[in-house]
Amino acid sequence: MAMTYEDMLVDLVRKDDRVMILTAENRAAIRTIPERIGERFIDVGIAEQTMVGIAAGLALRGRIPIVHALATFLTMRAFEFIRTDVGIRQLPVKLIGAVPGFLSEANGPTHQALEDLGLLRGIPSMRVFCPADLDDLVMSMPSIVRDPHPWYVRFPVGQGIQDHEPFVIGRAEVYGEGSDVAILTYGFLLREAQEAAARLRGQGYGVRVIHLRTIKPLDYEIVLHCAKECRRLVVVEDHFRTGGLTSAVSELLTECAVAVPMMSLSFRERWFQPGRLREVLENEGFSGRRIADRIAGELHGSDQWIEMPAADVRNVVPIL
Amino acid sequence: MTDTPSLHAHLEEQALRVREHIIRMSSDGGCFIGASLSCADLLVYLYNRILRITPDSIRDAERDYLFLSKGHDVPALYGTLVEKGYFPAERLSSHLSVTDRIYWHPNATIPGIEFHSGSLGHLLSVAAGVALDIKLRGGSNRVFVILGDGELNEGSVWESALTIAAKSLDNLFVVIDRNEFQANIETERLIPLEPLEEKWRAFGWTVYTTNGHRFEEMDPTFQRVLQDRGPTVVIASTVRGKGLPSIERRADRWFANFSHEERDQLLHELHGFTPATLISEPLLVR
Repeated sequence: MAMTYEDMLVDLVRKDDRVMILTAENRAAIRTIPERIGERFIDVGIAEQTMVGIAAGLALRGRIPIVHALATFLTMRAFEFIRTDVGIRQLPVKLIGAVPGFLSEANGPTHQALEDLGLLRGIPSMRVFCPADLDDLVMSMPSIVRDPHPWYVRFPVGQGIQDHEPFVIGRAEVYGEGSDVAILTYGFLLREAQEAAARLRGQGYGVRVIHLRTIKPLDYEIVLHCAKECRRLVVVEDHFRTGGLTSAVSELLTECAVAVPMMSLSFRERWFQPGRLREVLENEGFSGRRIADRIAGELHGSDQWIEMPAADVRNVVPIL
Repeated sequence: MTDTPSLHAHLEEQALRVREHIIRMSSDGGCFIGASLSCADLLVYLYNRILRITPDSIRDAERDYLFLSKGHDVPALYGTLVEKGYFPAERLSSHLSVTDRIYWHPNATIPGIEFHSGSLGHLLSVAAGVALDIKLRGGSNRVFVILGDGELNEGSVWESALTIAAKSLDNLFVVIDRNEFQANIETERLIPLEPLEEKWRAFGWTVYTTNGHRFEEMDPTFQRVLQDRGPTVVIASTVRGKGLPSIERRADRWFANFSHEERDQLLHELHGFTPATLISEPLLVR
C-alpha cells in the first residue's frame, strides 16, 4: 500500500523544515494534519485571499507553503493574490486545488473549477500538474516541493488503481501505440479515457492514451509525435475549451504549423449539470463508454460532435 | 401581527415538516444537514411573518427579497419553499439527480430562489446592489440576507458592511445564523468572532439579537427591527443540527450522507423517539 496524501505531507514537513501546510478551512483531505504537525499547519478560516497573501509572506521568509483549498475559491477568489503576490515575485508556493472539474459533483457551478487551468497556466513562472490519482500525486509532490517554481496542482481522487511512471516535470505517460486516435487527457479522466480506448480497440481501432500530467510545461515532443503519427487527436478534459489542454495543444500545433484533425471533449459556454459523479459523467458524455461512442461517431464521419461556435451558443440551456 | 400561541404552533408544525424534508435529503448523496437544521426555523419565520412575497409574486418588482448567502443550507430553503407552495414536494425526491436542478447549493431556476450561492461572502454585496436600486427608484421593498457565522471570515462581507453603512441602506436587513460552527470546527476555536455585536456596531450597523429557534422570541425582535433605521443586523443564536439530538453541535455532522436506515431512524428521532444510531463515517466535504 502506497503512502497516503496526509502521510506524504507529514513526511515532507518532517524532512524539510521549510515546508508548511495552509488551508482556508478545507480540511476534508487533511483531517489528521493539524494534530500531527502542530505549528507548521495554519488554518486562516474561510479567507482565501488572506491565505495566499500569508503564503507569499512565508515564502519571502524562506518557507515552502503547500496551500490546500477548494479549487474554485483558491484559484478564482484569490486569483489576483496568486498572480500578484506569488506570481510576480515567483515565490515557491504550491497550490493544491480540491474538488476540481467534475469532482465537484452535485455542488453546482459555484464550485465547478472548469477554468482553473486556463487562469493559472497564464501566470508567468506558474507550473501546473493534474495527477490521475492519489498515488500519482503522492509520488510527485517531493519533486514539486524541490522545484523552485510556484505550482498549481489539481487534487485527484482514488488510490491503488494503477502504477505510474516516475514523475518527471514536463514528461507525459503513454499508454498504447495505436495510430488511429491519440487521446490526450489528464487527471482522473485518464481512467475513463483508458476504458474508452479499450472499447475502441475492441472495435478494431488503434488507440493510444497520453496522460499529460503537467499541462505546463507541456510535453510538446509527445504531442507533436502524436500529431504526426495519428489520424486524429482527441483532447478529453473537464475544463472549458478555452484555456485548458485544448488550448495548450492548439497553441503548440499552431506555433509549429502542424495541421491535424482535432476533437475536443470539453465544455463550451456552459457549466455542467450537477449530480452524483457517475451520473454526471454519463450525462455529460465523459464516461468511458460515452467517450468511446463520441470518438467512434467522429471516426465514422458522423457530425454529431461538430458544433459550430454560433450554434453552440444558441443552443445553450443555462444552468443558472 | 398577533402573537398567538396557535400561530406559533402552526409555525412549529411547518418547521417540523421542513426538517423532515432536510432529513430525507441527507441520504443517497447527502446534504449539509447540520447547517440546514440550524436555520430552518429562521427561514420558516421569515417566509411566514416578515417577507412580503408569495409564489405568485416571485417576479413582482415590489416584492421583498431574501438572499441565502450561506448557500449550503439550501435544503432548509427548499423545504420552506415547498411548504409555502412555491414548488411541489415531489421535486425534492430528485435531489442530486442530473434530471433536475435540486442540488447542494441554490440556483435561481428554482421558483422562489433569487440568486445562486455557495461561494461564501457574495450575496451581501449583491443584496446591496438590489437595495440601492430600490432606494433610487423610491420603492418600499425590503432586502433580507442570511449569512452564516463561519462566512464572516470572508473579507468581502466586511467590505460590503462598510459600503452598506456608508450608503445608509436602511431597507437592507442581515440575519446571521449564529450556530457557532465553521465547517469543521467551532468558530471561537478557529477565527474568533466575539464580540460580534460590537464589530457590527463599529461598522455603523444597528444590532439586535434573538433566539433563532423560538418563534415567540423572534416575533417581538423582528417587529422592532422593521421599525428601525438600518442598516440592521439580527444575530440569531442557533444550534447546528437543531432538532436531532444525535447530531446537534457535532463538528463532524455538518455534511452527512446517511444510509436509508439511519435516515429513517433520524425521522423517528425528530418526532421525539429514540435517538438514531449513526454508524456512517462522518464526512467532511470542505
